Amino acid sequence: MLQIHCPYCGMRDEEEYRFGGESHVTRPTLEASDVAWADYLFNRINPKGIAFERWLHSYGCGRWFNVARDTVTHEILAVYPMGAAKPQLSKVESAQTREPVSRAMRSVGEGLS
Amino acid sequence: MSSSGAYRLAQGGQLDRSRSLSFTFNGRLLSGHAGDTLASALLANGISVVARSFKYHRPRGIFSAGFEEPNALLRVEINGAAVPLVRATMQPLVEGMVVTSENCFPSVDFDLARIFDHAHALLPAGFYNKTFKWPGWHTYESAIRRMAGLGTLPTGEDKTAFFRHNLRCDVLVVGAGIAGLSAALEASRAGARVTLIEQDAELGGRALCERTPIDGRSSQSWIGEVVGELKASSQVTILRRTLVAGYYDHNVLTALDLSDNEHPTGPVQRFWTIRATEVILATGAIEQPLMFAHNDRPGIMLAGAVRAYLHRYGVAAGRRAVVATNNDDAYRTAFDLHDAGVEVAAIVDARERVTAEVEEEAKRRGLKVLRSSMVVDTRGTTTLRAVAVHAISSDGFRLRDNGVWISCDTLAVSSGWNPTVHLYSQAGGRVRYDTSLACIVPDSCRQRVRIVGAANAEFAALSAIASGARAGREAACSPRESQPVPRGASSEYRTATNGIQPIRRAPQTRSARQWVDLLHDVTASDIELAARENYAAVEHLKRYTTNGMAVDQGKTSNLNALSVLSEVTGRDIGALGTTTYRPQFMPVTFGAISGDARGDLYAPPRHMPAHQWHVTHAAQLDDYGGWKRPACYLRAGENRDVAINREVKAVRSALGLFEGSPLGKIEVRGRDAARFLHRIYLNNVTSLQPGKVRYGLMLNENGIVIDDGVFACLSPEHYLVSTTSGNAERIAGWLDEWHQCEWPELDLVLMPVTSQWAVLTLAGASARALLQQFPSDIDFSAAAFPHMSFREGRIGGRRARVQRVSFTGELSYEISVPADEAEELWQELMQRGAQFGITPIGLEAWLILRLEKGFLHVGSDTDGTTNPLDLGFGPMIQKKVGDFVGRRSLMRAHDQATSRRQFVGLEVLTTGSSLVAGAHIITSPAPMKRSEGFVTSAGFSPTLGRFIGLGLLEGGHARIDETVTVFDEGRTVQARIVKPAFFDPSGERMNG
Repeated sequence: MLQIHCPYCGMRDEEEYRFGGESHVTRPTLEASDVAWADYLFNRINPKGIAFERWLHSYGCGRWFNVARDTVTHEILAVYPMGAAKPQLSKVESAQTREPVSRAMRSVGEGLS
Repeated sequence: MSSSGAYRLAQGGQLDRSRSLSFTFNGRLLSGHAGDTLASALLANGISVVARSFKYHRPRGIFSAGFEEPNALLRVEINGAAVPLVRATMQPLVEGMVVTSENCFPSVDFDLARIFDHAHALLPAGFYNKTFKWPGWHTYESAIRRMAGLGTLPTGEDKTAFFRHNLRCDVLVVGAGIAGLSAALEASRAGARVTLIEQDAELGGRALCERTPIDGRSSQSWIGEVVGELKASSQVTILRRTLVAGYYDHNVLTALDLSDNEHPTGPVQRFWTIRATEVILATGAIEQPLMFAHNDRPGIMLAGAVRAYLHRYGVAAGRRAVVATNNDDAYRTAFDLHDAGVEVAAIVDARERVTAEVEEEAKRRGLKVLRSSMVVDTRGTTTLRAVAVHAISSDGFRLRDNGVWISCDTLAVSSGWNPTVHLYSQAGGRVRYDTSLACIVPDSCRQRVRIVGAANAEFAALSAIASGARAGREAACSPRESQPVPRGASSEYRTATNGIQPIRRAPQTRSARQWVDLLHDVTASDIELAARENYAAVEHLKRYTTNGMAVDQGKTSNLNALSVLSEVTGRDIGALGTTTYRPQFMPVTFGAISGDARGDLYAPPRHMPAHQWHVTHAAQLDDYGGWKRPACYLRAGENRDVAINREVKAVRSALGLFEGSPLGKIEVRGRDAARFLHRIYLNNVTSLQPGKVRYGLMLNENGIVIDDGVFACLSPEHYLVSTTSGNAERIAGWLDEWHQCEWPELDLVLMPVTSQWAVLTLAGASARALLQQFPSDIDFSAAAFPHMSFREGRIGGRRARVQRVSFTGELSYEISVPADEAEELWQELMQRGAQFGITPIGLEAWLILRLEKGFLHVGSDTDGTTNPLDLGFGPMIQKKVGDFVGRRSLMRAHDQATSRRQFVGLEVLTTGSSLVAGAHIITSPAPMKRSEGFVTSAGFSPTLGRFIGLGLLEGGHARIDETVTVFDEGRTVQARIVKPAFFDPSGERMNG
C-alpha cells in the first residue's frame, strides 16, 4: 500500500486517493487529425520506471495533483501541483530506471511524427 | 505416567501441570495441560493418526510443531463455534474443545476413500486435466469439486468479534526469537518507538524448544531478562499470537492478532495495519524433510519438532526413535531424546563425514550412527513400525548394498533449515539459493528492511543475537533518507548450517511413492512426470502438480520440489529460481480483514428525506443504486403489477407525487460557469437565459454518452446541474477533474448539493392547481411559468426551487426543498392534493411513464458504445458552437456511420405478447440468424394496453415501420419499429 504525501494535507494512505492515470497529456483541438486524436485518447507511455501521473485526494481535500512514481519500486519520487512542469529527477534516477522511460517516450514520439 | 497421556514425560516442558484441560478428539475424551497446543496434547495421548490426506486419503500424523504443519489441520469447536482447518500445532488447548478430523469417512482410522490410494497409478499429476474432457469438464465439475474440498464450512452466524487497528512505529520487529528480541532491545535502548510482533503466545522463538545455553546461561534466563527490559520500556509495544501475513509497499504490513481468539466470552480477532519507518525481519527458518518411499506415515516428524515437543511440552514423540539427517543439527534430537530416556535406535546420516564434536557426543552416549546411509522406505499404517536403511554412494544417487529394517515408532527427519524469507520476498526483496549453505537466502531489497537471525541463515545463536543487536541499533538511528536505496542482506553473521550436504532424496529400491508435498499429496514421480511433459519452469511445475499450492503454501515442500526438478533437469537449483511469495504468509480470516465493514456498515443503505412516510405507507422498498426507494405502494389486496398499473393511471388521469431526492444536483458558480458547462455539455449553454432550463447530454472524450439531465440558469454566474440519480457522485467528480486538471484557469466553484435538497415531483394535469393552493411568491400560471423554466421562492413558507420539467410527459414540477423539510411538505401536498386524487408514485411506475413517453434512460438505453448520433442528437450538435468534451470523437467516420446501433421504439404486434429488456432483435427470415440489436427497456403500458419497448438497432433510424423478430430465450415475437415516442408525441400535456 502506497503512502502518498498530499501537497495540501500531508502523508496519507493510498486508500484515501484515486489514481487518475498519466499526467501532462495535452488535449488536442478539434482540428487534430484522427491519428493525433486517437493517440491522445488511447496511447500512454506506461513506462517501466518513472511515471508522471495524477492522483486525487478523494477522501481528503478533493484536490488533484501530480506524482512522479517509479513503477518498478513504487517509490514516490516527487509530488507537485497540477499545471506545474515535470520535475527534474536526474539526482534520484538510477541508470536502471531511467533507460526504459526514455525509450518509451522516444517510441511514442516516433509514433506521433 | 502423567494423567495427560501415556507419552507425557514425568518432568520437563513449560506447562502448568497443576491445570488439566479436557477435550475430545473424534469423540474420545482426552486431557492435557495449560500451556499445551492441541498437537502436543494429542501426541501426549498417543494419537498417531490425526487426519487423512487430501488426494489419496492416507493416514497422517503430526509432522511439525509450528505454522508449517501440512498434516494436522483439524476442525476445532470452542463453545459451539467451529472453525475448519485449524493447525493443531498453533492452537492452544482450551477446556471443552471439540476436535474432529477432516476429509475422512466413516472415521480417521478407517476411511473408505482410501480407495484413491490404491488406485494412485491412475491419478498422476494433472490427471483431471487429461481425463475429464469428454463431453466436457462441466459434466464432472460438481462431483470433483465436492471431493476436492478440504474441510467443512461451519454454518450459522459467525460469533467472532472482528476489529481493525492501525499502528505506526519507528522500528517494527517481526519475530521474537533471540535475534528479534535482541533487535527490539537495542532499538528501544537507542530511543526508537518499537513494535515487536510474535506469532507464538510466548516470546523466545526456537530457543523455547531447545536446551542449548545462550551466552553461558540457560536460554530461559536470557529470554526472561531481555523480555523483562522490553516490557518495562514505554517505547515498546509487544503483540503476541499475532501473525504478520502481508508485507506491502512503503513498509506497510498487516497482521492477524489471535491473542483473544479463545476469550471466554467469545472469540476476538484483530487485524493490524502497521506502518513502520524501518522493519527488521527475524522470522526464523523452517526445517525441511527428506524424501524417501512412504515418507508420509504417521510417526515421521521433523527432527526439530521432536525436540520442541520434548522440551516445551514434555512429550516424547514415541518410544523408539530413528533420526535421519544430512546435517549435524538433527543429532541434537537424538541426544535430547536419549537424555530424556527415550530409546534412539539409530542415527542415519546421508553424509560420509560428521563434525568431530558431534561424533564424540554420539559415541559418549553409545548411539549407533550409520554414515553414508539413508532411510529409503517405511512400514506401518496407522503407526510407524519400521524403516529400511540402505548405504548409499557418496553422491547420494545410488544404493550400495542390501538394506536393513530397523523397528521404530518415530522417525525424526531433517534436511536442514531453510530461512523464512516469505515476508522479505513480499517486500520486493530478491532471494537466491545459496549452494554452500544449501538453502534459500535473502539477497537485497529496496524497502527499508533488515533481515536477521535464522531468516538470514545466521543459524548460530550468538551470531543471531549479534546480528539482531546491530540491526536494532542501525534501524533506530537510520537517517530518514529521502528515498530508500537497495539494501543488501548482511552476510557477515551467516554460518554454514551444521555441515549440511544437500542429499535430500533417497535412491529408490522399487517403484514407490516419495512424498514432496504432504498436504496436496504431490510425489516426486509427479514432479518427474511434469518435467517430462515440459512443465519444467518452477511456476509451471507448481500449477501442473499443485505442489506448494495447498493452504500451507509449500512451507515444507517447495525446496524439495526444486531439488527434484534440479535432479531431473540437470540444472542447478539456483538457476531454477523460486516461485513468487505473495501475501498472505498464513491464512487470514476474511472477517478480520473486513472488520466492522459488514452488512449495512459495509454498504450503508441510503434513505431519502421522506423515507419515514414511505415506510409507513406500504412502500415496497428496493435498492436502486444504493438508495432504498419505493418501487410502488401496495394497497390492500394488490400485488406489485396491479399497484404499478394503478399508479401509472393515476398520473395520466389525475395527479401523482414522487420523491426524486437522489437526483444529482451540482451548483456551478463563478464568472466562467457558463463557459465551463458549455465545454462539458453537448448542448449550447451560453445562450441559456436566467430562469430557463435546458436538457443536456454529457459525453466522455470518446464520444460516448455518460449522463443526461437538465441544467438551469439561475443567474449569468450561477447554474444548477441535474444528473441521473445513479451518477450523482461520479459526475460531480468528473466535472471537478475537468476543472482542476484541464481548465484550472476558469473561474468557478463546483458544489454538489444532492443530499442538501430533497426533490418532490408533482406530475399530472392538476399539478398546477394544487400548487396554486399554497401561499407562494411564485406565479405558477401557465403564462408566467412555462415548461422548461426555473423559479426560486417560497411555498407554504418554505424555501423552494421549482423546475418545470417532465419525465412523465405530464404537466410536472420538480420541487426542491431543504432535505429536513421534505417530509412535512410531502404530507402537506398529500393533504391538499386529496381533492385532486393525488397518489404516491413508486419508481417502477415512474419508469413506465417515461417509457410511454420514449424518454431516454442513460445506462439502460445506452451502453459503452452509444454516441449521441445514435440517439438522434445530430441536429442539436450542428447547432452547437465550439468544442465540448467528446466532440472530436464524433467527427470520426465510424462514429457517423448510419449502420451503427441506433435508438428506436418497439411495439409488439401480437396482442398479449410480452417484450422484455435484453431480448435480441434478429434478422429474419434468414438461414443464419444474427442479432442486429436488442431491447433496452420494455414493459406493459397500462395507458396503451400493450407491451412497448425501446432498443438499439443497427441502422434503426431508417427502419421505422419495419416489422422485426424479437428473440428471447427461445421465444420469438413480432414487433414494429417506431419512433421512440408512444404517448402524446407532440408534448401537448407537458407543455400545457
